[in-house]
Amino acid sequence: MNTKAFQKIYTKIENITKATCTIHAEGVANEEMAYVDGRPAQVVKIKGQQVTLQVFPGTAGIKTNSEVVFTGKAPTIKLSDDLRGRFFNAYGDPIDGGAPVDGEEVEIGGPSVNPVRREQPSQFIPTGIAGIDLNNTLVTGQKIPFFADPDQPFNQVMADVALRAEADMIILGGMGMSNDDYLYYKARFDNAGALDRIISFINTTDDAPVERLLVPDMALTTAEYFAVGKKMKVLVLLTDVTLYADALAIVSNRMDQIPSKDSMPGSLYSDLAKIYEKAVQFPDGGSITIIAVTTLSGGDITHAIPDNTGYITEGQLYLRRDTDIGKVIVDPFRSLSRLKQLVIGKVTREDHPQVMNTCVRLYADAANAKTKQENGFDLTDYDERCISYASDYARELLAIDIDVNATKMLDTAWDILGKYFKPEEVGMKQSLMDTYWKGN
Amino acid sequence: MSTKGKVVGVVANMVTLKVDGPVGQNEICYIDLKGVKLMAEVIKITGDTVAVQVFESTRGLYVGCEATFEDRMLEVTLGPGMLTKIYDGLQNDLEKMEGVFLTRGEYTYPLNADQKWEFKPLVAGGDEVEAGTWIGEVLEGWLPHRIMVPFDLKGTAKITSIVAAGAYLSKDTMAVITTADGEEITLTMEIHWPVKKEIRAYKHKPRPFKLFETGVRTLDTLNPIAEGGTGFTPGPFGAGKTVLQHALAKNAEADIIVMVACGERANEVVEIFHEFPELIDPRTGRTLMERTVIIANTSNMPVAAREASVYTGMTIAEYYRSMGLKVLLLADSTSRWAQALREMSNRMEELPGQDAFPMDLSAIIANFYARAGFVELNNGSTGSITFLGAVSPAGGNLKEPVTEATQKAARCFYSLDQGRADSKRYPSIHPLDSYSKYAEYPEVMEYLNTRLQPNWSEMIVEMKDILLRGKEAKDQINILGDDSVPVEYHVIYNKAEVIDSSILQQDAFDSIDSSCPIERQQYMTNIVMDICGHSFDFSGYEEIGGYFRKINNVIRQMNYQLFQSDKFNELEKELQALVAEKKIDLTAAEKRADELLELAEERAGERVAQ
Repeated sequence: MNTKAFQKIYTKIENITKATCTIHAEGVANEEMAYVDGRPAQVVKIKGQQVTLQVFPGTAGIKTNSEVVFTGKAPTIKLSDDLRGRFFNAYGDPIDGGAPVDGEEVEIGGPSVNPVRREQPSQFIPTGIAGIDLNNTLVTGQKIPFFADPDQPFNQVMADVALRAEADMIILGGMGMSNDDYLYYKARFDNAGALDRIISFINTTDDAPVERLLVPDMALTTAEYFAVGKKMKVLVLLTDVTLYADALAIVSNRMDQIPSKDSMPGSLYSDLAKIYEKAVQFPDGGSITIIAVTTLSGGDITHAIPDNTGYITEGQLYLRRDTDIGKVIVDPFRSLSRLKQLVIGKVTREDHPQVMNTCVRLYADAANAKTKQENGFDLTDYDERCISYASDYARELLAIDIDVNATKMLDTAWDILGKYFKPEEVGMKQSLMDTYWKGN
Repeated sequence: MSTKGKVVGVVANMVTLKVDGPVGQNEICYIDLKGVKLMAEVIKITGDTVAVQVFESTRGLYVGCEATFEDRMLEVTLGPGMLTKIYDGLQNDLEKMEGVFLTRGEYTYPLNADQKWEFKPLVAGGDEVEAGTWIGEVLEGWLPHRIMVPFDLKGTAKITSIVAAGAYLSKDTMAVITTADGEEITLTMEIHWPVKKEIRAYKHKPRPFKLFETGVRTLDTLNPIAEGGTGFTPGPFGAGKTVLQHALAKNAEADIIVMVACGERANEVVEIFHEFPELIDPRTGRTLMERTVIIANTSNMPVAAREASVYTGMTIAEYYRSMGLKVLLLADSTSRWAQALREMSNRMEELPGQDAFPMDLSAIIANFYARAGFVELNNGSTGSITFLGAVSPAGGNLKEPVTEATQKAARCFYSLDQGRADSKRYPSIHPLDSYSKYAEYPEVMEYLNTRLQPNWSEMIVEMKDILLRGKEAKDQINILGDDSVPVEYHVIYNKAEVIDSSILQQDAFDSIDSSCPIERQQYMTNIVMDICGHSFDFSGYEEIGGYFRKINNVIRQMNYQLFQSDKFNELEKELQALVAEKKIDLTAAEKRADELLELAEERAGERVAQ
């Protein structure tokens, strides 16, 4: 850390906790960056002359006479086209062995978009995965997480989505990512030859947890640079937001704040919203779409992290192992894309909304029939047909290894419906039945 | 000389100031950060140390920044030009802000400064006036917008002078009045009013008695809300709270809609901006936007402004109510408002209540809901605010402080059910868990029976009974199996399904089905209840499901057709033919015998229960 002129330097630390230290200082600004013994830190509290700093890498080894240097500015990142294909840590320093990137220096975590300047999202993002495109259609400017247990293949699915979705730029924000997963993403992106449209900010489990707090802002400020300045369609991948929230809890705990539900800070909703609401469709074509991962513990979505996330994001995607077909599927019951109404039946074929609903309704009937079967009851003919339908539906449409276009998905759905049901059992609008019905 | 202060501490958006003069609780001040003025509200005073919540990001704020106090509370500017506007929580006109991103410290004028309004006086010199008296009107788009005497006038006053009819700016002097004490007050078209204080310029607030038509069947038919009533919709995420709020904003029969997006998704608000100017209100032929005011304080906007946003919305609604209008206020979601209260209480290091919410949460919520209502104004006309708040219970669990506090305050409870949402039965309002206290008001029952048909209330009770018995039958079928229960169980379950499929479920995205006028609801309810009243001839349970699915399908098709169009009538004939296939016409004697049997069974059941 080279000091420059006009920087305030102090050498008397009064108070040190695991994550923070307090010094006597003057004229320091809220959220200003500083270096404590060369480690990045940020002002989180000012009380008269007492300034509390959150030291990102932790305070182990810091002495009461360590040097504290204030930079006079909030955390920043240098933005330019040279970021493409590069891997950075939470501070924006390269971790791929390359040279530091020079560019326009911008404060991270900048202001919000004026809601009236937002455009209504209207561009369909095809992923080829029918469980997503048919039932949970994604739209540019959307924010949506995978709710997944740690053992589920969410990283693979995310990488698939990232590489298949037609985005101009992909920004990966890794928080508490295992080194293996980091290398997995790196290899996938490399093999796909897509590295020049990917930028990564990675905090691995080797790094200090509090550093993670910078990752979303780094990734999203970079996304804004490309989406606003270069009118690009930017896709931001954030994984794992649960670990980000855990870091928030650590900090709030160290600052003696009263925890609310599940030991999370009371401001968790606002903290998460600040990140997710960066997803936007700009009027002049650029957009930021966020796909995140929130890992659950034992599938519990009532925990404060997934619960608050659900209220913020525009839907959620669940993966589930379907034992009937022996594959992982996108769960049609619990998954939801709230923005799908903006494109289905408009950008996609007119029958999309009703086909989607009918298929899911019949899949629910099949689930009821299965419960009956498990309880040892006789099944009606309708029950039997529902069960056969469910297995076809799961295999040909819900499995995550499906890769087809939206029109083909609808045709497949009509095929399956026609195979097992009578027209009056599907309960769709007559005009659609007249055009698309394939059964008897 | 206004009071000044200096920043001495900063934690997130709570700032402490040392002040040099008198300050008031909830007083507004501006903190000067290198030329940028940050608005803040006083929340706690200890000697000369004052804690304020800043309505903006506090990044860069440092010890020594100067603050200037305004000697007023947080207030809104009320006057013509609010319709079609999109405000933030502090009533800044978002359209007037430049750039794609919000700029800290930018505050915009909420009305139209340069627009001239065609003023028509309604009183003359010498007339006696009181708070809220309509002294004139201007045409705000389609609305005769009443220019009123400020609501804080005590007692009566006399008009000293009033301008002649003509075009004026909203800041121009319209009249001068002299109070009983001889004080002269100048009136413009604008009224400034502190948002946390109710506008009480009315004679009295009677109990609501009229049906407030929303066009949503499961509300109007099953659990109606009264005009001037309050209700809330708790539901886990994904249950359809926002879709329901939007459906209400589109279809409810109100003169004015005030929508508060309080800490919710920006894209949902964008949907309204884009749709409402296009959608036509069938009752008036004008676009929906022309009757709408939007307060958009989305979740990424500062927390303190979120807290203010619900009050801003309520105050604007009260202003229009004072003009004798029927206002619908929608707030999505009040849980975010409660969370804003929690964040602040937490920063002030107050002793927390349950789930770290402030202790007085329930009082604050009750107080807010109480501001809605049906009022009779001093001039004899009536106005109303019907208020529906969305609640987002943590973890979907209704046993949490915000839901519990709201349940005490609101009269209608519309519980959005995860199970219904999962099986795509929308709107997912649970028919049996939900309730409307108004349905039990004798005046509401009388109103419905007079307006619709004499046995209406009775019929709806019967409908709920069938739904309940259908649910019980379903449980039995699930436990015992299809063939181990009497065929009657399958029939009653399927009758409940007919009600569910044709009355409760409604397609919010279909141009026809999305809005169902009460007359149509009445017509369909009679058809459905007629079917439910029949006995049917089935040889075994196997044929029941299929038969009723056919019936449901025909009624669904009817719901998609224009009311009483040829196609609709054709489908109705088809339906009657279908019903005739299986129904049994009982003779009067058989019916009587059946009833006696049922009665006997019930008594037997009661004896067992005892």
